[in-house]
Amino acid sequence: MRGAPLRVYAILYLLFLYAPITLLPLFAFNDATIIAFPLSGFTTHWFTDLVANAALRQAVGNSLFIAAMTAIFATLLGLCAARAGAMARFPGKGGIIGFVMLPLVLPEIIVAVSLLIVLRQVLGLNLNNWTVISAHVLICTPFSIAILNGAFQNLDPSIEEAAMDLGESRFSAFRLVTLPLVMPGIISSMLIAFTISLDEFIIAFFLTGANPTMPVYIWGLLRFPAQLPVVMALGTILVALSVTLLIIAELFRRRGLARAGIKDTGGFL
Amino acid sequence: MTALIELKGVEKHYGDYHALRGIDLEIRAGEFFSLLGPSGCGKTTLLRTIAGLEEVSSGSIRIDGRDMKGVAANHRPTNMVFQSYAVFPHLTVAENVGFGLRRDPRGKSEKARAVEEALDMVGLAGYGKRRAHALSGGQRQRVALARALILKPKVLLLDEPLSALDRLMREQMQLELIRLQRQVGITFILVTHDQEEALVMSDRIAVMFEGEIGQLADPETLYRRPATKRVAQFIGKMNFLPGALSADRREIDIAGLGRVATADLATSGEIDGAVSVGIRPETLAILFEGETAPRREVQGVVSEVVYYGDMTYYDVRVDGIDRPLTVSMKNLIGRPVLDVGAAARLAWDERALVLLPG
Ligand SMILES: Nc1ncnc2c1ncn2[C@@H]1O[C@H](COP(=O)(O)OP(=O)(O)O)[C@@H](O)[C@H]1O
Ligand SMILES: [Mg+2]
Repeated sequence: MRGAPLRVYAILYLLFLYAPITLLPLFAFNDATIIAFPLSGFTTHWFTDLVANAALRQAVGNSLFIAAMTAIFATLLGLCAARAGAMARFPGKGGIIGFVMLPLVLPEIIVAVSLLIVLRQVLGLNLNNWTVISAHVLICTPFSIAILNGAFQNLDPSIEEAAMDLGESRFSAFRLVTLPLVMPGIISSMLIAFTISLDEFIIAFFLTGANPTMPVYIWGLLRFPAQLPVVMALGTILVALSVTLLIIAELFRRRGLARAGIKDTGGFL
Repeated sequence: MTALIELKGVEKHYGDYHALRGIDLEIRAGEFFSLLGPSGCGKTTLLRTIAGLEEVSSGSIRIDGRDMKGVAANHRPTNMVFQSYAVFPHLTVAENVGFGLRRDPRGKSEKARAVEEALDMVGLAGYGKRRAHALSGGQRQRVALARALILKPKVLLLDEPLSALDRLMREQMQLELIRLQRQVGITFILVTHDQEEALVMSDRIAVMFEGEIGQLADPETLYRRPATKRVAQFIGKMNFLPGALSADRREIDIAGLGRVATADLATSGEIDGAVSVGIRPETLAILFEGETAPRREVQGVVSEVVYYGDMTYYDVRVDGIDRPLTVSMKNLIGRPVLDVGAAARLAWDERALVLLPG
């Protein structure tokens, strides 16, 4: 059979990709503190522990808040940049767009250290959730721009002008015509920014205040092996959540494409 | 007739680029007006300044007596059909056509009737419920037309509306647009780079080059009495021959053809300095055996033959002219197509010559 090596490769690749993740629920429901085979029976008490752990709840709450704010602000900024890139013509456009995309390739550790210096030494601010949010917006905006650029590329730059020509103000032209057509991109962008922010560790580790974010808290937990199954339980919930979000986003994206009559050129799923 | 649109000294700069260079223009009410010129000459820019989508750098635009300075597109009595049609893909045909009626105080059923009428006018009756993105190019263009006309603007601006259509469709739409313009009586301003389209459709044409108007005239004047070589070349085909005026300017000595009286030549104004003489290919004729020229005749040799079915284009070399003359001949019954190298007697007529500067 001709495709056999390719098929084997594909299966190995998928195993490599997903086997570690399938271990998460396995040990989350395993009745033992030690993460090892053989499994020793079914339990849900890691989940009860998880809910009972006030510090962890607080960390998850912080992370969700930071991720949500990051998603909103990064997408708003991305929307402005992508719209300007697609519709406006101004001098130095190429250079400016390139400069905005730069954080995409900057090492996070550099961003984290320089931001810490700026926020603490130069501005003298206290570290809190908002310092993390501002840093996350910085690293997520290029992703948002990249995603939204795709959405605007499919868009005829004249349609907003056509709406204005037909009597709408600039803002309502945007709201009535452009916004519905780039909505799938907006949702994708918010989702990606949310996900990046939620599991971002380095910057959060440097910039987090008295309340750690979830990844920072989990990192702290690793010193206590007894807590590992709780982390597994948390991971299980996050994976389930991610998959659900991804499916919802993909459904939105397809519906948007169908409505605008654009040919599907591949998405998440 | 009064001017509906009046442009005075309109200039447009994009950074260093000078896109419009002092446009003065008057467009009359009810006129079918065309802006004709090669791609990049500023036609779209001019149209967009009239629509209010682009601000002028200096100069003034008046529509219906009102200065348009500071008036945004949504408050101008103009509507536009965009080159890409800019149909809203997420809406139905009826929603597209009714888009401009959102602020109209009329009731729902009245608006629906207006939409139906507009669709009927552009030949899309019954298409209202279709999704706009599922339409063909020609249908989308009709939607764009209906969407603009339903607002009964004083001026309809059309940016190369036919250039994306295939030839048959284009010719059909040209006639339909003329009919539509007569029916609604709205002033149309059409942008096109297709000289034939402009000639067929327009009452008057402004020919533009590099942000300036080269000539403004009705189609026949533009064709018969172009003001410059450039205009003549852009509209149809023309042969140019160098000429020398006599001291009293009564006579002109044309290379290869000889002396003729200046008064016989068409011209669009006083011409000083160097002159050329233009001859359209269809005003020259190759004489076949037994035929004699009604007025004048010159001897030449065929150097190129291009056969078009209904017509044949010949290049004919004539002594004293460095470039061959292009001659077009109808392929009438019994008339042979000549070969390269054949001797050809050319009939010409001084009344078909145009005196041009340069
Ligand atoms: N927004 C803009 N910024 C910079 N240059 C522009 C802009 N719009 C048009 N131009 C330039 O102005 C010139 C005229 O453009 P346009 O009016 O679209 O020409 P046409 O419609 O006759 O083909 C072109 O060279 C074009 O590149
Ligand atoms: Mg154009």
